[in-house]
Amino acid sequence: MKTLMLGNEAVARGLYEAGCSFVSSYPGTPSTEITESVATYKEVYAEWAPNEKVAMESAFGACLAGKRSFCAMKHVGLNVAADPLFTIAYTGVNAGMIIGVADDAGMHSSQNEQDSRHYAKASKIPMLEPSDSSEALEYTKLAYELSEKFDTPVFIKMCTRVSHSQSIVELGERVEYSKTYEKNPQKYIMMPGNAKRRHPIVEERTGLLAQWAETASINRVEAGKDTKIGIITSSTSYQYVKEVCGDKYPVLKLGMIWPMPTKKILDFAKSVETLVIVEELDSFIESHCRDLGLECIGKDKFPCIDEFSQNLIAEKLGEVVQTGIKLDAVIPQRPPVMCAGCPHRGLFYTLAKNKVTAFGDIGCYTLGAVPPLGALDTTICMGASISGMHGFVKADGGKTEKIAAVIGDSTFMHSGMTGLVNMAYNESCGTVIIVDNSITGMTGHQQNPTTGYNLKGDPCTKIDLESFCRAIGIKRVRVVDPYDLAQCDEAIKEETSVNEPSVIISRRPCALLKYVKHNKPIISDADKCVGCKVCMKIGCPAISIVDNKARIDNTLCTGCGVCAQLCKFGALKGAKED
Amino acid sequence: MKTKNIMIVGVGGQGSLLASKLLGRILLQKGYDIKVSEVHGMSQRGGSVVTYVRFGDKVYSPVIDKGEADFIVSFELLEAARWTEYLKPDGKIIVNTQEISPMPVITGAAQYPQGLVQQMKDAGLDVDAIDALALAEQAGSAKAVNIVLMGHLSRYFDLTEEEWMDAIEKSVPAKFLQLNKTAFDLGRRV
Repeated sequence: MKTLMLGNEAVARGLYEAGCSFVSSYPGTPSTEITESVATYKEVYAEWAPNEKVAMESAFGACLAGKRSFCAMKHVGLNVAADPLFTIAYTGVNAGMIIGVADDAGMHSSQNEQDSRHYAKASKIPMLEPSDSSEALEYTKLAYELSEKFDTPVFIKMCTRVSHSQSIVELGERVEYSKTYEKNPQKYIMMPGNAKRRHPIVEERTGLLAQWAETASINRVEAGKDTKIGIITSSTSYQYVKEVCGDKYPVLKLGMIWPMPTKKILDFAKSVETLVIVEELDSFIESHCRDLGLECIGKDKFPCIDEFSQNLIAEKLGEVVQTGIKLDAVIPQRPPVMCAGCPHRGLFYTLAKNKVTAFGDIGCYTLGAVPPLGALDTTICMGASISGMHGFVKADGGKTEKIAAVIGDSTFMHSGMTGLVNMAYNESCGTVIIVDNSITGMTGHQQNPTTGYNLKGDPCTKIDLESFCRAIGIKRVRVVDPYDLAQCDEAIKEETSVNEPSVIISRRPCALLKYVKHNKPIISDADKCVGCKVCMKIGCPAISIVDNKARIDNTLCTGCGVCAQLCKFGALKGAKED
Repeated sequence: MKTKNIMIVGVGGQGSLLASKLLGRILLQKGYDIKVSEVHGMSQRGGSVVTYVRFGDKVYSPVIDKGEADFIVSFELLEAARWTEYLKPDGKIIVNTQEISPMPVITGAAQYPQGLVQQMKDAGLDVDAIDALALAEQAGSAKAVNIVLMGHLSRYFDLTEEEWMDAIEKSVPAKFLQLNKTAFDLGRRV
């Protein structure tokens, strides 16, 4: 049967068909839907782990038990999982294990533009790189065969345009897979003596994989009429090249990006006058070609910044570039905003009002940095708010006044809690504000250890944040409702002025959750409104000023009442409930 | 057949994913090669969003570039103006005249430009401007703007009404089926 599938759904389908029975991941755009989709197959055990390191180690354990396993993460998540990565490269696997990683060239939803292909080379783990959904399904199944044949974990490397594009796939049947576990300390206990014996095996394995790559059909030469240039490419870049050039120039399409087929590349280079490497982000294929002593055009012509498109390829290859009509009008930007009714809004307003230095973290609440709230000072990576604040406080001689770290419930579980342990242990100060909206918001509503539900939607153990913080030695723990500005203000003023670490849990579920009941929209009274615009300081998309009066957009307003608390003239009021 | 390109543009949360799902389903049935590229994650939060739908004998790139779109279907007026450069010289732009102010306009840092439909026409673009919000409300829900616009787009496709209705049936929950059928019909006839 043929059907349309996202690249991510196609990976999930490949896992299902290959008999994968264990998946553990942490959500991260653009990788999230692989795990959400695979969870819909009842034959596969699938879970959200608190972070990528836990996910990868769990997938490793599952493959040892003799089940084909998988873990997925975004590019920056692979940094978190890098510790087990470099050592499971040495142990190899029992049943097959695949690591799915999705890059985000163009940073649609990420804090950096790192190129994860470097990890394949650095960790000595083979990497397959599909260029559409059909290949995503096919390569996933192939990856398990390679994993077992060569005794290695295998990467499936996605990117935003492959993960989030639907294209046609042909569905197959599931084939179950199972092996038994046998104790093998020399292979699985990586202490120096054993690891020293494993390392040469890893190097030999890379050599064997490189030989396999020479004859593999996923590394294919597509003939072209004009051999003046020949193009080596992969992933979505391949699609752009074919879109522009069709069969004009010969193309070497690499489905396996590491290790690379050296002889195939050398033969291809010989068959064309000029070698051109088309790859998004860093010079990875190009560097390999240069190591082989080949002259080529690469990053001297094609940028290492942002994603590609057909027009960019056309321009660089001297083909016709399409153009359209741009209007003369100045079109204002439309940046992402905190939703109307977002529980984070009241908290950020209060932080900004109190001029608190606030270390931010990764999630919807990063939008607290955007004007008019402008309530954050930093955003680096998952968990960095708490540890960053700790360093700042200690370096500043233990200055306590008005400093906070803002972190979401899921991010706190991911890697914030170790930072809080450090604060307790090293007797730091500063206020950690856990913005607990009872869901992982930014990636599209995934459950996490604090929500009380698992990936499949079943009720499960719920981590109690208050008890957790107290248990590790934080004495000052309090809960506020971020819709209540006075309560937020009092808590922030008090906690940011004490000489010990404190935690404020700002608790209210995300306004977009289906079970959350909204109040009736706020009513604006034009007679009472004096046009002072104080209500505009919270950056709510449901409020605008029309003819110098506040106007509420009833289709957006959730009646949260934060604006009404700001209005001194009683012009914004909650409607009476039925 | 040469690849045809449809861009669906709007504001995050307006329901463009359902529109592209509907198009994908109907084009798959017609035996085309198809690619549909979507935006997930941060940009969805009330930001400017774009979905690319491409179909033909063989489709390579998942995205549509400047000067390539046969159709732009815009769920909001300012977003139509933002993306005109992506339209082919002989392409058609279908515009919902609804205005949704972006944050820089709400805070007063920028102005919402006036007379955009006229500006598009003056620039020589082939514009169908319709009040899809009013038609959606007439059908029973402001949320049906996406289906109203798909109804209007269907006028330019060589597909029967039955084929469209069949795809709608498979794309929306049963309890909203009649509402969506009405919305589609209103869009198709305007």
